[in-house]
Amino acid sequence: MTLYTVIFYLLAIVILTATGLAITRRQPVHAVLYLIVAFLGTAALFFLLGAPLLAAFVAIVYAGAIMVLFLFVIMMFQRFPLEPGLLPQWGPAALLGVVFLAVAVAMVSKDPGSGIVLQGAVVQPRDFGHFLFDRYWLAVEIVSILLLVSLVAIIQLGKRRGAGDDEAERRVNPVRNSSGALNPAGIVLKSNSAAEQRSIISNEVKEGQ
Amino acid sequence: MIVPLGHVFLLAGLIFSMGLVCLVAHRNLIMTLIGVEVMMNAAAIAFVAAALRWQLMEGQVFVLFILAVAAAEVSVGLALVVSVYRRTGSIDPDRYNILKW
Repeated sequence: MTLYTVIFYLLAIVILTATGLAITRRQPVHAVLYLIVAFLGTAALFFLLGAPLLAAFVAIVYAGAIMVLFLFVIMMFQRFPLEPGLLPQWGPAALLGVVFLAVAVAMVSKDPGSGIVLQGAVVQPRDFGHFLFDRYWLAVEIVSILLLVSLVAIIQLGKRRGAGDDEAERRVNPVRNSSGALNPAGIVLKSNSAAEQRSIISNEVKEGQ
Repeated sequence: MIVPLGHVFLLAGLIFSMGLVCLVAHRNLIMTLIGVEVMMNAAAIAFVAAALRWQLMEGQVFVLFILAVAAAEVSVGLALVVSVYRRTGSIDPDRYNILKW
């Protein structure tokens, strides 16, 4: 048993404990904080398995960016709705997980190749970058298009329609009903109502004259 | 030198099943997204172990793509959660029982 073996099992215990605590929390903030520990352990595991660049990426992207995004979104909710105590679907879910795990254990233990002991090797970040942009440059471009598409989707989803919140939509709806037209654009309807009001006012002015 | 390949795969399987339980059992959309993240993490661990076993760099390249897909998925998912919370005032998926409101 070498030092690397000891480090692997320690990291495995840390990752499993942190993940197990994270998935059983009711408060999502606690779950996210435990998950940061799990992802940092994963980064150390990647370093142990010879992928230092990926370890840095996991620490930066997973434990840094994605988890901070979760925390920001949780902070955006006022009065965060909590789940009631123990939900009834925990039993079937645990059963599903245990069955899946049993099948996985059976497959791994039946495989003759699973007893092969891993030999230590390190991929230098320079070699990794050359390999990536030599052979998989098209996939890198496709991933960049995927990120662009998701950015467009987020902007579209996050855009407040009209004035935005529900009260504004309720205020728009009567206008839509009274006009009776099938015109879904709120801005046009608003300008129409404003024009009607202006004409009413001008009529009143004319009557006054 | 380090450990048998099967042990790393067992670790990945354990983490994956934990993510599966989290995905199914919680009634909170943010915990559901966390479950998907945990499952992707398990897949990444299996890929890196396989890359070390066969001494091929493709496994690590695919972990990089898993990272990018996870980032895109989480950002779109959280934007959907915020949008749907703004409309209904709830993040319980059981409460979403009307299509147009």
